Amino acid sequence: MAGTAYLPDLAIQGAESQDPPRHSAVVRITHWITALSFVGLLVSGIAILIAHPRLYWGNTGALGGPSLIDLPIPFMIGHSGWGRYLHFLSAWVSVLTGLVYALFGLLSHHFGKNLLPAKGDLAWSRIWRMVWHDLQLKRPGAEEALKYNVLQRLAYLAVVFVLFPLVILSGLAMSPAIASVVPVLRSGFGGQQSARTIHFFIALALVLFLCVHIAMVWLAGFTDRVRAMITGHGATGKEHS
Amino acid sequence: MSDRLSRRKLITTGLVAAAGATGLGIAARLADRYGLIPPDDGGVYGVGETMTYAAQRLLTSRHSLAREFNRSDISKIAPIKGPPPEDETYHRLLAGEFADWRLKIDGLVARPTFLSLAELRRFPAENHVYHQACEEGWSFIAEWTGVPLAYVLNLVGVLPQAKYVVFFGFDTNFDAADKQTIRGKWNSIDMADAWHPQTLLAYGMNGQELPVPHGAPLRLRVPRQLGGKSTKYLSLITVTDTVKDIGLGFGAGGVERGFSWYAGI
Repeated sequence: MAGTAYLPDLAIQGAESQDPPRHSAVVRITHWITALSFVGLLVSGIAILIAHPRLYWGNTGALGGPSLIDLPIPFMIGHSGWGRYLHFLSAWVSVLTGLVYALFGLLSHHFGKNLLPAKGDLAWSRIWRMVWHDLQLKRPGAEEALKYNVLQRLAYLAVVFVLFPLVILSGLAMSPAIASVVPVLRSGFGGQQSARTIHFFIALALVLFLCVHIAMVWLAGFTDRVRAMITGHGATGKEHS
Repeated sequence: MSDRLSRRKLITTGLVAAAGATGLGIAARLADRYGLIPPDDGGVYGVGETMTYAAQRLLTSRHSLAREFNRSDISKIAPIKGPPPEDETYHRLLAGEFADWRLKIDGLVARPTFLSLAELRRFPAENHVYHQACEEGWSFIAEWTGVPLAYVLNLVGVLPQAKYVVFFGFDTNFDAADKQTIRGKWNSIDMADAWHPQTLLAYGMNGQELPVPHGAPLRLRVPRQLGGKSTKYLSLITVTDTVKDIGLGFGAGGVERGFSWYAGI
């Protein structure tokens, strides 16, 4: 009997507490740590790049030889020292945070529930309609504060499962020590200079994602969405329920 | 009910924190014992640096080799970073085609030794064609001829307590009485890289004598690290158990200018 007396107690407690959070605590914490480490990676990445803003293909490349792209940035030597220190510190924070997130995403079915698009949503007509909607910079409806639409899901999946793994692997491929342990990592990217070039373009894609991400958050209501990512609960979500 | 829960939570958190702290303590002890902590482990950047160095030391072994290329892969351009030393002795030795040059090997060795270029050339020579990237981003492939550092280390008899091999070129004040005043492009590697079969004391490049801008008469080649680690214009090699008493104590002159000591990246 003690058990049945205990259950309603729990139910009342549940009703009194807030709605389930829009974003789980793990997603919120890993989101902000990743955001911080990404800033570190970006700033230090630029510091490293400007020492030699020229991109090559293959194993080797140097001034006086052919390049793939000459970036319109002046050569600025003297920043790659702290740049490399900060880059690797941020990379470790980012990778370890990513591991926690990936493990959580699998165990809690976060990927399946929140990121994998429903089969019906993957119809091209639906996707194009969403793209058209977003291109007009229309404010999303209230229901979109509660779950991701198909475009968001595809974008997040691409960032989590394609861009981040590729940027890590192409970064590791540049390491002479790692390349001596896993030679195929470097040759798979087409050589050390190809890996460097690919690393640059994936980083660029991630920056592009960040810009669109911030623009969309702005459009949807910056304070509300940022609050939801910090506290777990946005004002819209409350009103809606 | 919630009281009990929070108490349980508190105890669990305490236990986890204690286990974490103990774990970290043990990890730090083990890391130090197995040489997983670089000389520039201080500060916030030191955390990332230590993790990179430790991870790569655990992953690499003497069997992990830098890729050996074909002679046809040798780059037409082999860029040079920095001018040759201004040191007077260096230019006098250069004028004499390094006939009077001697490589001194001292420190934790059974037989401190002076070696001439002719003696080095009589040792079993090896040719390696490997890739070299600079800190800045450019890279090239070249063939290097020389004697494995391990061969020379065996010759002088490295004592068991050795932890680092330190390299001084003519672009340092290596003969300073007080080692803490040594500045310039001196560098050091750990014993894992020192004994590595591809680590070379090179006196030849691309089938010719090592050109002056590339470090004549002798330079180090460490193919599993960035180019800056391959010290040029060698004059003195010191085997030691600590680098704390050389220069500012970070294991390389470059660290004093903001670059990390380990360059396996």
